[in-house]
Amino acid sequence: MHALEKMLARASGRDVVETGEIVRANIDLVEVNDLYLQVVKSYWDLNGKKVWDPDKVTFVFDHYAPCPSMKTADNHKIMRKFCSEQGIEKLFDVGDGICHQVLVEEGLVKPGNIIVETDSHTTTLGAFGAFGTGVGSTDMAMILLEGKLWFKVPEIIKVEINGKLRSNVMAKDVILHIIGKLGQDAAVYKAIEFTGSTVRDMEIDERMVLCNMCVEMGAKATYIQPDQKTLRFLKDHGAVDFTIFETDEDFAYAQSYSFDVSELVPQVARPHSVDNVDDLASVAGEKIDQVFIGTCTGGRLNDISTAAKILENKQVAQGTRFIVIPASKSILKQSVERGYFQTLMESGAVFATPGCGPCLGVHQGVIASGESCASTSSRNFPGRMGSPKGNIFIVSPATASATAIAGKLASAPCQEEG
Amino acid sequence: MKILSGKALVFGDNIDTDQIYPGRYIELTDHAEIAEHAMEGVDPHFVEKVRSGDIVVGGKNFGCGSSREHAVICLKNSNIGGIIAKSFARIFYRNCINLGLPAIEVKNLEISEGESISIDLDKGKVFVGSREYAFAPLPEYVLEIIRVDGIFNYYAKNNGVK
Ligand code: SF4
Repeated sequence: MHALEKMLARASGRDVVETGEIVRANIDLVEVNDLYLQVVKSYWDLNGKKVWDPDKVTFVFDHYAPCPSMKTADNHKIMRKFCSEQGIEKLFDVGDGICHQVLVEEGLVKPGNIIVETDSHTTTLGAFGAFGTGVGSTDMAMILLEGKLWFKVPEIIKVEINGKLRSNVMAKDVILHIIGKLGQDAAVYKAIEFTGSTVRDMEIDERMVLCNMCVEMGAKATYIQPDQKTLRFLKDHGAVDFTIFETDEDFAYAQSYSFDVSELVPQVARPHSVDNVDDLASVAGEKIDQVFIGTCTGGRLNDISTAAKILENKQVAQGTRFIVIPASKSILKQSVERGYFQTLMESGAVFATPGCGPCLGVHQGVIASGESCASTSSRNFPGRMGSPKGNIFIVSPATASATAIAGKLASAPCQEEG
Repeated sequence: MKILSGKALVFGDNIDTDQIYPGRYIELTDHAEIAEHAMEGVDPHFVEKVRSGDIVVGGKNFGCGSSREHAVICLKNSNIGGIIAKSFARIFYRNCINLGLPAIEVKNLEISEGESISIDLDKGKVFVGSREYAFAPLPEYVLEIIRVDGIFNYYAKNNGVK
């Protein structure tokens, strides 16, 4: 069996599970984000009285942070009351950061655990050897009632990535390249495991980018076998009591792909789909009205330090807005302590509260019709960040930084590292 | 189970949840209000066109993107009969079943906007004029959820909740 299958077996009280079969798994941790008051409403519709285990339930207010409207403020208010009535103590309020990042920093994400969130990018958690997946409000309401959910045991795709990345070529470039090659529906209903020397060499921040973006190929979950780096990270964040599963040697993957990224150059996903990927050079020079560095895929410490390095002693181009939003309060704090914010501020960046920012087009940098945005986020669907007539170019934080200086799409110098 | 029939409203591949239900309306919680924005990101005239019982037809990977259940709530409350697509994104598919909205995968469907279409869920057949297409019938568990119009009724029935 694969490590992911062993997790599903453990969680459903079984010795063995097989691809395609339906299991009912006990859930180790759930997260409800602030978009989905519907979860609470559905829970009430189901006559819910007391959630199955308040210690395993978390709420994160990240998408409307702070609230842009009276309606969202009302929604937050009802959710806060729900948490207090239900004895849910793990409520991460406005400014704490984006759900996928906050749970990890709090030591709540553990290898071998089944973690379900009301957010599609929960695939991020595979970077820690957890089975992380997103669901809608009704599924979540059912879990709140019973602590269980049914899953089909997914087929598993192996993606091996080898080669030493050039400077200023980042995990975002790697995953865009892979999505461009495999397509937006390559992993629908399936799980993806990453292996190979590039993945081993990557720091945790970068591994999270790979796993995060797999949902853009439809993946249900992801997996990276935990190693010393993972263990150190988990220890630093206080995660204890977990089991690391290993895949059996004779496990047969549904598909296997192999990529050599040693020659990879900066990539871009052009409007309006995430698999519309090409070398950045193909669109270099395109005028950009707004640059956004942030989100659950592009707003971590590594992303902000990369930006600070590139923008040091440089100025953002006239006529280009440059928005930087750390993915969590802890990243904000470290960015300030290490001087990254000072550097970015002097170069002309503006900042907003840790959270999703303009990623889904509700606040803090919505784009107008005809405008173009270079963004480190994960989606460039029409209307994702505001006007359906706006253009979103998905790029790495290094490319976003070089673009902010140029006022048009440009990549940071990339050389083979010696 | 009754046969679903209506007129086809046809869309392309990779219709994502931002197109089905733009993010700026996620704050809404009233289902009738949510329905006013169905498909707004891809066809702003959808809500004027759609009639009760119509069938939404999509291409590959229908409903990809976010986990927002609003994308199904808006279609369900537009009173469509169901959705046929070449394939569905996972979370969207689960959300459809949970809310009792039939979601059928037919890989080789040929159909134009406005054509009449009917679906026999029990037999696993789709009819468009004289053309007939087969699909793998839904598992009994799923059919039962659709029969009782969603997981809420299903749960109530099986757990004695009023
Ligand atoms: S940052 Fe964007 S992709 Fe990530 S959880 Fe927030 S809205 Fe979703």
